[in-house]
Order: sequence, then C-alpha cells, then structure tokens
Amino acid sequence: MGQTMNNTLGFPILSMLIFLPLVGSAVILLMKRENEKAVKMVSLLVSIATFALSLLLFSNFDKSTHLMQFVERQEWIPSLNINYYLGLDGISVLFVLLATLVTILCVLISWESIKTKTKEFFISLLVMEGAMIGVFCSLDFMLFYIFWEAMLIPMYLLIGVWGGPNRVYAAVKFFLYTLVGSVLMLVGIIVLYFFAGRTFDILELMTKTYPYNMQLVLFWAFFAAFAVKVPMFPVHTWLPDAHTEAPTAGSVILAAVLIKMGAYGFLRFSMPLLPDASRAMTPVMLTLSVIAIIYGGIICLAQTDLKRLIAYSSVSHMGFVTLGIFALNTQGVEGGILQMLNHGVVTGALFLSVGIIYDRTHTRVIADYGGVASVMPLYASLFMVLTFASIGLPATNGFIGEFLILLGGFAANQWAGVLAASGIIIGAAYMLWLYQRVFFMATNPKVAGLQDVNMREVITLLPMIVLIFWIGIYPNVFLSFMHPSVQHLLERVNGRGATAVAENVMMQILK
Amino acid sequence: MPIAMPNLTPVMPELVMTCAAIIMLMAELVIKRKETLGFLSIVSAALISYLLLGSAGTTFGGMFVSDGYSSFFKLIFMANLVLTVLISPQYLHTMRINFGEYYALILFATLGMMLMASAADIIVLYLGLELMALSTYVLAGFIRYDMKSNEAAMKYLLLGAFASAILLYGTSLIYGLTGTTNLKDIAEYITNNGLAENPLLMVSMIFFAVAFSFKIAAAPFHMWAPDAYEGAPTPITAFMSVGPKAAGFAVLGRVFLVAFGSVRADWSLVLVPIAILTMAVGNILALSQTNIKRMLAYSSIAHAGYMLLGIIAGTPAGISSVLNYMFIYAFMNIGAFAIVIMLRTEGFAGEEIGDYAGLAKTHPAAAALMLVFMFSLTGIPPMAGFMGKFYLFMAAVNAGYTWLVIIAVLFSAISAYFYLRIVMLMYMKEPAGATLLNTSPGIGLALAITVSAVIFIGILPAKILGLAQIAVSSF
Repeated sequence: MGQTMNNTLGFPILSMLIFLPLVGSAVILLMKRENEKAVKMVSLLVSIATFALSLLLFSNFDKSTHLMQFVERQEWIPSLNINYYLGLDGISVLFVLLATLVTILCVLISWESIKTKTKEFFISLLVMEGAMIGVFCSLDFMLFYIFWEAMLIPMYLLIGVWGGPNRVYAAVKFFLYTLVGSVLMLVGIIVLYFFAGRTFDILELMTKTYPYNMQLVLFWAFFAAFAVKVPMFPVHTWLPDAHTEAPTAGSVILAAVLIKMGAYGFLRFSMPLLPDASRAMTPVMLTLSVIAIIYGGIICLAQTDLKRLIAYSSVSHMGFVTLGIFALNTQGVEGGILQMLNHGVVTGALFLSVGIIYDRTHTRVIADYGGVASVMPLYASLFMVLTFASIGLPATNGFIGEFLILLGGFAANQWAGVLAASGIIIGAAYMLWLYQRVFFMATNPKVAGLQDVNMREVITLLPMIVLIFWIGIYPNVFLSFMHPSVQHLLERVNGRGATAVAENVMMQILK
Repeated sequence: MPIAMPNLTPVMPELVMTCAAIIMLMAELVIKRKETLGFLSIVSAALISYLLLGSAGTTFGGMFVSDGYSSFFKLIFMANLVLTVLISPQYLHTMRINFGEYYALILFATLGMMLMASAADIIVLYLGLELMALSTYVLAGFIRYDMKSNEAAMKYLLLGAFASAILLYGTSLIYGLTGTTNLKDIAEYITNNGLAENPLLMVSMIFFAVAFSFKIAAAPFHMWAPDAYEGAPTPITAFMSVGPKAAGFAVLGRVFLVAFGSVRADWSLVLVPIAILTMAVGNILALSQTNIKRMLAYSSIAHAGYMLLGIIAGTPAGISSVLNYMFIYAFMNIGAFAIVIMLRTEGFAGEEIGDYAGLAKTHPAAAALMLVFMFSLTGIPPMAGFMGKFYLFMAAVNAGYTWLVIIAVLFSAISAYFYLRIVMLMYMKEPAGATLLNTSPGIGLALAITVSAVIFIGILPAKILGLAQIAVSSF
C-alpha cells in the first residue's frame, strides 16, 4: 500500500507490548491472594519489562517519515475483512511510551495505599495497560474499538472498587458517559465500513473521499465518543467525579493516558477521514475549546477539594489541546500533541503527589492543609516544580506546549488565541493560590508531624520531574518524532485550502 | 399405490432423541441415582450432535428438512440441553424435587425444538411447538409445593395456549388463501397468483408474528416471561430463556423468509415496531427489578429485541448474525444462571439482587465469572456478547436500518446500568453475612464451558460466524 514500513526489529514488538501486561495479569490471577508481596513484585517487574521494551520504540523509530512503523498484520475475521493490524507513527509512538512509564509509577504509588483486593487491583491495572497500548497501536478501526471499549472494564473497577466515598456513583457515571459516546461511534464506524467498500483498515479508509453530508454526520458520531473522553465542554461532567473518587493510580491513568485518547481519536480518525467536515466544524470546536479553557479555569478557583481542583484544571488544559488540534496548522497540532504529553506528565505527577499526602492525612479538603512546606520541605519543592509546569513557566514543558498552541490558535483565529491566553492567567491564579493554601500559611494541626516523602515516593515522582525539564529545555527530541506525521496529516486535512471559510464563520460567531 | 418407506437419514437425530426420551422415562422406574439419567442425556446429546453431521436432506414429502440452518439451531439446542443438565442436579436436591421425569421432559422439549427448526411445513412446526411447549409447562411447575412455580406454569400454559390458537388461526387463513401448508409451496403460490396485495395475507402474517413473538418473548407479548422465569426452577429458567427462544427464532426466520420472502417489505413493517418495543420494555423494566431471575427475564426480552434486527434485515448476513448471536447468548445466559443457582442453598433463595453484595469478597472466583457474563450481556469487548451485537448491527446497517441500529445501541447502553449493578454489588459493597455457595462438579464444568466459550468466541469469533454463514447459505 506504500503507507507502511516493515518492522525492522525482527520480532513483533507491538504485540509483545500489548500482551506482556496481559500475560502478567494472567500470572497474577493464578497466584495466591494472601501472597500480596509477590503480586506486587510481579506487577512491578512486568510493568518495568514493558517499559524497557517500549524504549526500543524510542531508539528504533525512524523520525524521517510519516509512514507507519513496526507494522504487524494478521487476518483476524477474514469474512468481514477485519485484521489484527498494528503500527505506530509519529503521533502515536510517544503515547505508548507515556502509557508504559505511567503504569510503573502507578504500581509504585499503589504499593502501600491499596489494602483490599490487592490481587484484583493489580490485575486491573495491567489489563488496563495492555488495552491502552492497544488503542494507540491499532490500525484497524474495529481492533481500535475493541481496545477502546475493553478499557472500560478495568477502569470501571479501578474507580468503583478502590475509590473514595462516592466511588460507585463516579464509576457508573464514567462508564455510562463513555459507553453512550462509544456506541454512537460504533454505528459511525459501521457506516464508514460499508461506504468505503468493506474495510476497517484505517490507512485504506484515509485514501477514500466521502460525501460532505456523510462526513458531517460521521464527524458528530465520532465527536460523541472522542469529546466525552477528552472531555470537552459540555460533556466533561463525568471527569471531576471520576478523577476525584478514583484511587491515586486510577486518577493518574485517567489524567495521563485515558483522556488523551479522545484527542488522539480526533487526530487519528476525525481529521484525516473527514477532512471537509473537520474544517467546517473548526469554529464550533474552537469555541468549545475556548469555553473549556476559561470555564474550567474559573471553576478551579471555587474548588475546596484538592483532587477536584486538579480535575477541573484538566478540563482547562485539555481545552488547550483541542484548541491546538483544531487550529489545523503545524504549530497548533504539534503544540497540541506535545501538550497532551505534558498534561499527562504534569497532571499525572500532580495526582501522584496528592496521593502521597492523602496516604498520610486521608483528607482531600484544601482547608485541612496549610504550612505543609515546613513539615515536608522536600515534598513542597517537588510540588513547586509541578505547579510551575502546570502554569506553564518557561523552562518547564508546559510553556513550550501552550506557547505553540497559542501561536497556532492565533494564526487560526485571533480571538480564540486571545481568549485562550487569558486561560493561562487564570491557571496561574488557581495553582499559586492552591500552593499558598496548602504549603504556606500557619501550620494546620492536622498536618503537624507528617513524614516527608520516602525513597519510593521520590522515585515515583522523579521521572516526571526529569521529563518536565527535558521537554521544557530541549523539546525538539520529542517534537522531531511528530514533524513528518503532523505534516502529512495537515496536508490531508487542508488539501483543498478552505480554512479561510472556516475562519470567517468563527469571526462572525465571536462578533 | 404402494407407500415407499420415507428416507430416515435426515430425521435420524430426532428419532434418536425420541428413543432416548422414552427410554429415560422407563429407566427412571429402576434407576435410583437420578444423576445417571442426566449423564445419559448428555451422551444422547453427543450422539445426536454427531448424527447431525450426515443428516442433510428432505423427507416425509417435503415436510421435514435437515439443512445447515436447522443443524446450527440443533447444535444450540444440544448445548442448551447439556448445560441445563449439568447445572440441574444439585438444585433439584436442594429443592427436593429430584424426580427422574425431569430429564425425560427436558429431552421431549428439546425434541420439540428440533422439529421446529426442521419444519418445512406449518403442521410439523405446530407439532414441534406444542411438544416443546407442553413439556416446558410441566417443567416450569416442577416445584409442586411452591405457589410461585405453580403460578409460573399456569401463566405460561394459558398464554402459551393463546399463542398456539393464534398460530393455528394464522395457519388456517394461509391455508384458505393458498391451499397448502408447505412453506415453499406457499411462497410459490403467493408469487404466482399475485397474492402480495391481498389484505388477508397481511392479516395472517400478523398472526404468525404475534404467535412467534410469544415464543421469543417479544413485547407486547412478553407478559408471561418475568413470572414464568421467576417461578420456574432456576435450571429450567435457564433452559427456557435459551431453548424456546432459539426455536422461536428458527421458525420465525424460516416462515418469514421462505414462505413470505416475497413480501418482506410488508412484514418488516410489522416486526420493526415489535423490535423497538421489545428493546424498550426489556431494557427499561429491567432497571427496576430487585429479583435477579426477573431481571434476567427482562434482559432476555431485550436480547430478543436485538435479534429481531437480524430478521428484519432479512439478508443472509442478517440471518447468520441471529444464529451467531443465539449461539453466544446460550453460553453467556446459562453461565449467568449457573451463578444464580450456586447462590441457592438450603433455606436461602439467593435470588434477590441485594444478595450479590460483597460476593467478590466471600467468593472471588464466582464473582469474577459473573462479571464476565454481565459484561458479555452488556456487549463490552472482548467478551463474546459484543461480537454478537456487532454482527447484528452490521447486518442491519447494511440492509439500510441505520436508524434502528442507533436506537438499539442506545438501549444497549441503558442495559449497562442494570448489568453493572450486579458487578457493582459484588465488587463495591460489603457482604451482609457469610454467603454459602452450593457447588458441584457439574456446575463447575458448566461454568468452565460457558466462560471459556464467552471469552474464546469474543477473541476469536471467526469460526462460529463462519459456521453461521455456511448455515444460512442453504436458504
């Protein structure tokens, strides 16, 4: 087909990445439940092995091409032309790495905080990892959908079994929101399949053109699935509940990887498959993004719960991501992808840090804290770095991502750029105020005498801190992965040069 | 005129089943351990499955046909029979209803289903339907001392009798119109004599649709199902939720596609509202149930609604997706009922949904199995239930019913709520007390079979779908 490159590694690395965690969870399934230590060790080893394997992707990835790499293809359901078809390009490769890294951290952070049904917890976590990797690697739409939906099961359990007091409500809400969105996408996928001549092959689907009206309908069908996952305003309401009630590992996975899949879905499916509809819908998408940025930020100011505040900040940050993506220019899309990684790293790390202190105090209410800096100085300085990264201070990764997005957003639509920029100011306000209330001011008796972070916890946070500065100071290492793929994507979307029309509509809406 | 001996090869599986049922009835007098009868039932099911392979053909003057379609359904009936027999013995002991007739009746009911699947003539169809129905009425009322079981049998009998009467009325109309009860001849007569416009044909089709809707428990003819499912002995509930439903779909498919194939536009007009109503009633009423058997009853109503989509599509892909779904449904539904049976212990019904609270803590393995079945019934990959729904929806979209599929997926999202409630109770609530589990090797084997089928077909569905596709090619 000319759109893929052969796997040069000599072994099916992507399948191994998907199935290693699944095999690990099967091993744990067979272990004795009393033997918690061994269960944890196996999960840690499996997650480290998976991460180590995924580093091979990092070193062997050919950055000079947009073609799919490490490709594997097997017949799966021949009568329906469904294939087990895997591959990575510059857009997806970094997310696989993020998923494998985050899983290790999740195992570490859950080491002591998970006290009941330990066996089931680590099984769910590893199944989750396998499904996440599968989502990013799939080049067959059905295979993608299967991984996408399969993730619901472990995530539902992670939130509902090991979560906070209101966990059952949050878990059901999460499940139903995402399920309704996904099933509508499924109908869209089936319609696409028949129109394109019975194929689920994403690369083949991309070579076809679809009538404009059909594109519009499909765009909204896909939107139902992806926007819920991102989550975009106004379908974001499951996220604060899910984030807040999930155990630390669940929040981290949600923030770092799961909600990225919505944006990834737009990049991988909506835009290249439905270019005309994507262009036409740009005004709507930009408007929703700007609303999410500002609304999410303002809501943060009113939060009294640590995790809920960070959850709403995700709504705001993901608004930046969708803004960049639907700016439909190089800076915007690359900034959007980079910001997806950044948000995964920073917000993931923020949830890890909240988990660290929650394990000590068992409260998430901001008013229960105060003066933590004097009790846990090392923790305070680590949290400081994360706060700055979340605000987007120069030299941290947040700066690069948001800067690129604003650049792209401004080029696409001046008003969108201007309004989005105000979101950064609000971001600084709520994060700094949060830091002040938790770490400075008079020492709250509830935090007096707390132990500072231990070795395991520092190790958990360290990779994220390194990444924050690495991306912040030398982003090109990561950006270079995506250049050709983003270029290729934009050529497909902007093929007929109609962005000007879209901008005019947006101007009128904002007037 | 000498009467030639009819060719018995096509009907051999049914003959074996008849002999087995009769032998069982007599052996019951001398055999003390009733489980032996169960074992014999499984042996005969295996023998019949083997005989199915070489049974293709038509016999009795075109009244009885054995083709891929009927064989696929008979395979489902055999699976249903074996699984029901495996999950029965300990329940029968617990309820003190361990009588030998039980197995004979199950065999007779299955024989009725087999006749239905093979019926090429409405008379044979009726014969099979009555044999199946009468045996099942008795089985539903098998707990003689229990009022609910009596009520179940009575309701099932009365409403079933109505359905039979309506079927006969439809038959008489069609016979009056065409002068034949043979499905192929009816089809020929309709096209040759331009009957398509005749309002009486429409009326008789409505009668058939109503009668079959009773059997597959489609709304608004589902009223008997929740009471019958709740009152019947649980293994029989499992048996009823799969066997008669599959048989109903077998005749629905054959009658409407063979006899009324030329007037498809008319009958899809009848079936579309039934399908929508069935999905709505099943899924919405299941939300408010507190008894798990009633909940699974409404769930089985909802699944009949999904399957109707395949019949409405009317294409080979549509019919094969119904076959495929029925096969998958048999395993996931009986699997779920097996867990329900395990919760039944001496003096504890275990039929309230609340009884599942904390099962993951007291019995992690049983809870994990139930989780698999619940997610499969919801239709979440990688469980087989997803693949079943996926094929149905594909076929319906391809036949131009995209809007109907959108309704179906939204209802199936609603269904997630009540299936998840079981998972939620098992995993996210604390147990009220020490729940005992009533296990036996038979039920263990049944669970092993069903759970492996659900996961295996979910991950590698090509084989079963291929069989289902071959099965409908004979149409």
